[in-house]
Amino acid sequence: MRFALRAANTVAALVAAGAAAAQPAPDANARHVRSMAATCAACHGTDGAAVAGEAMPALAGYPKPALVAQLKAFRDGTREATVMHQIARGYTDDEIDAIATYFATRATTARGRSR
Amino acid sequence: MKRRTLLQGAALAMIAGRARGAASRARVVVVGGGFGGATAAKYLRLWSGHAIEVVLVEPEAAFVSCPVSNLVLAGQRRLADITMSLDGLQRRHGVRLVHDRASAIDVAGKSVRLARGETIRYDKLVVSPGADLVFDAVEGLAAARDEGRMVQAWKAGPETETLRRQLEAMRDGGTFAITIPEAPYRCPPGPYERASVVAAYLKANKPRSKVLILDANPDVTSKPALFKKAWTDLYPDLLEYRPQSKATSVDARANTVRFEVADDVVADVLNVLPPMRAGRLLFDAGLVDAKDRWATVDFRTFASSVAPDVHVLGDSVLAAPAMPKSGHMANAHAKVAAAAIVAELGGMETDAHPMLTNTCYSYVSATEAIHIASVHTYVDSEKTFRTVPGSGGVSAARSEREADYARAWAKNIWADTLA
Repeated sequence: MRFALRAANTVAALVAAGAAAAQPAPDANARHVRSMAATCAACHGTDGAAVAGEAMPALAGYPKPALVAQLKAFRDGTREATVMHQIARGYTDDEIDAIATYFATRATTARGRSR
Repeated sequence: MKRRTLLQGAALAMIAGRARGAASRARVVVVGGGFGGATAAKYLRLWSGHAIEVVLVEPEAAFVSCPVSNLVLAGQRRLADITMSLDGLQRRHGVRLVHDRASAIDVAGKSVRLARGETIRYDKLVVSPGADLVFDAVEGLAAARDEGRMVQAWKAGPETETLRRQLEAMRDGGTFAITIPEAPYRCPPGPYERASVVAAYLKANKPRSKVLILDANPDVTSKPALFKKAWTDLYPDLLEYRPQSKATSVDARANTVRFEVADDVVADVLNVLPPMRAGRLLFDAGLVDAKDRWATVDFRTFASSVAPDVHVLGDSVLAAPAMPKSGHMANAHAKVAAAAIVAELGGMETDAHPMLTNTCYSYVSATEAIHIASVHTYVDSEKTFRTVPGSGGVSAARSEREADYARAWAKNIWADTLA
């Protein structure tokens, strides 16, 4: 049983690796969203993997509803900030939604990866 | 939907087999391992799924950060703290590092010649050489520099340590003077931050000394109210700001700087920043076409207006309105260019509406900092980037909390650029 499980896991891993290798390029909208999300990366890390132990939170794997709520709270001033209210006001509702979806689907294993 | 997916799979295959036959891959050569070039190299690899071959040409073995380098002058950081290896780009992302200087671009032949003689062919070229300092624009400055009497330390590195030693050797009661060229120049708030943190060092260690800021511009170029408040509050008798002071010549032996109109200034330590312009490589290749100083680009892709397969990033670009020549902005340019190059080499459409962000932190003392931030979006009707209405701004007030953010910003952008 344990062996079977391990074998099944290995097969799953191989399938996943094969799928990754054959992954199609993202479409135009997905590429636009990826680029938009990358405007956050200078402060919050590549794909949201911020440097651990510093002031900026990692965004990789951040739950979407929470991230949308935070960005909107920054934008309307209900959450106090030094800079994020000024940044958040640069993005529309739709853009915030798309960025939050992007980060929510980044691997959480990347979170806090420090370099 | 399915058909689209298939087509895009074909697009990636196209990247892999483009230009020089199926056996070879598309190759992008990146010149310059600073915030622009290093970021471009990394994101080209990431966003092409490692299908594009990326060669990074940079003569220096390591990256030395200009942001935070003023704290080395103030004795709060060591040069080693702001020096980072470029090897992560190779190890983690498969970028091929070539430690050499690019000496010429053959736009028609799509190749770059290196100082040691090698020639590298490219499908796309990214040039991110920073800004060149025009020493000849200030009479006597080039000679003073060659003799080791005056350093700029505007590109962080050995000169940063030299200037630090000059400040350490200065007597209590001495004068540190910094001259600022007319905008645009690299890092708009940088000279004012430098004056501020040097003033903090002198206040704590040599309190009878003076800091003089001699600015060719009519007013402080960046965050004027915040800088002036910090100077009035923290260094009222120590720091003096003089606008409309355009340096025209220096006499290194007499430690004197002369101005177009204002009186001569004698100082113990002189930091004369000359006017700046696009990197020489771009001039030589005929890619500088704006007021003879900067390279113009298509802001959707950062492709040169002159040579569409050459993408120019960072300080060398003729900036859009309210776009600073900063490390953060170069990092942002790089991502737009990387996305466009990956799309173009794969036969896909490029992003019609790219966005950029910028945040520049400046320390005003050993413990406090301020910032300026902006968000930019491409505007079709004007064919340029504009700041998004209502976005951006500066600090409400200088604070220790912002100094925390300044440190965190640096660590994160270093990682996003290099790691």
